[in-house]
Amino acid sequence: MAFRNKRLMLRSVEPDIEQLRRLRDGDEDVFVMLVARYHQPMLRMARTMVSSEAVAEEIVQDTWMGVVRGIDRFEGRSSFKTWLYRILINRARSAGAKENLTTSMESLHSVDPTRFDNQGNWADPLQQWRDDTESRLDAATLVPVLESALEDLAPRQRQVVILRDVEGLSNNEVCGALGITSGNQRILLHRGRARLREILDSKVEKD
Amino acid sequence: MLTLRRKDLVCQQAVELVTDYLEGSLSRRDRRRFEAHLRNCPNCSAYLEQIRATIALTGALEVDELSADARQDLIDLYRRWQSE
Repeated sequence: MAFRNKRLMLRSVEPDIEQLRRLRDGDEDVFVMLVARYHQPMLRMARTMVSSEAVAEEIVQDTWMGVVRGIDRFEGRSSFKTWLYRILINRARSAGAKENLTTSMESLHSVDPTRFDNQGNWADPLQQWRDDTESRLDAATLVPVLESALEDLAPRQRQVVILRDVEGLSNNEVCGALGITSGNQRILLHRGRARLREILDSKVEKD
Repeated sequence: MLTLRRKDLVCQQAVELVTDYLEGSLSRRDRRRFEAHLRNCPNCSAYLEQIRATIALTGALEVDELSADARQDLIDLYRRWQSE
């Protein structure tokens, strides 16, 4: 993975109805465009649901087949991307994805409790990240840090963080795709983001 | 020394409200308490900024490009689906 410079452009790859019709009718250009944009991200998501790389690949291929063959069932009520991830998640589940519901490894605290005094206030000042942290990340120092932190999240947290913060789906879209409640989604997102912040905090340069 | 009023949040509580705050899902009352806490607490303000930066950084992650071979395999599959 690398940082996405063309992020906005990539995010806007949302086929219109005409393109989807062409996809159904065999237009390879449309297929190639969609595959270039979504295949690898879908693989990353599939890997959070099954343990084998081969099975993850199969699930994503199966998803593409479902898209091509089921295009007439896409009604445009959700975004194409949401529809795509919904198919992917359903395929992964029917392929025997283990619903990893264990929470034993998950911290219930956003911040290590030892960082607070006995009144519940910060024991030591929180050091600010340098203002240019976000742009400086292009320098690639923190990319591997963030990637491995993401990999290490509990699967449910990782799924929510990927769909919300990497793919940019809305709260409602994520709840629909994963079949979880809005409250549950917020908890998973909260813990996932808190964990990523903690890891980044140990690595970024401070003011 | 300020005495802690019952309705005042302490930092350890405030950090647990960050996502609900960003999601717009706090009640009006809790949002006011949270914002009042932030106004007086540079540490929690910094924490919120770090969470925002984390979200921005995560959103900038991207996957490697699909290899030419993998792409060709998919195109072959697509052709097969079309002919079936």
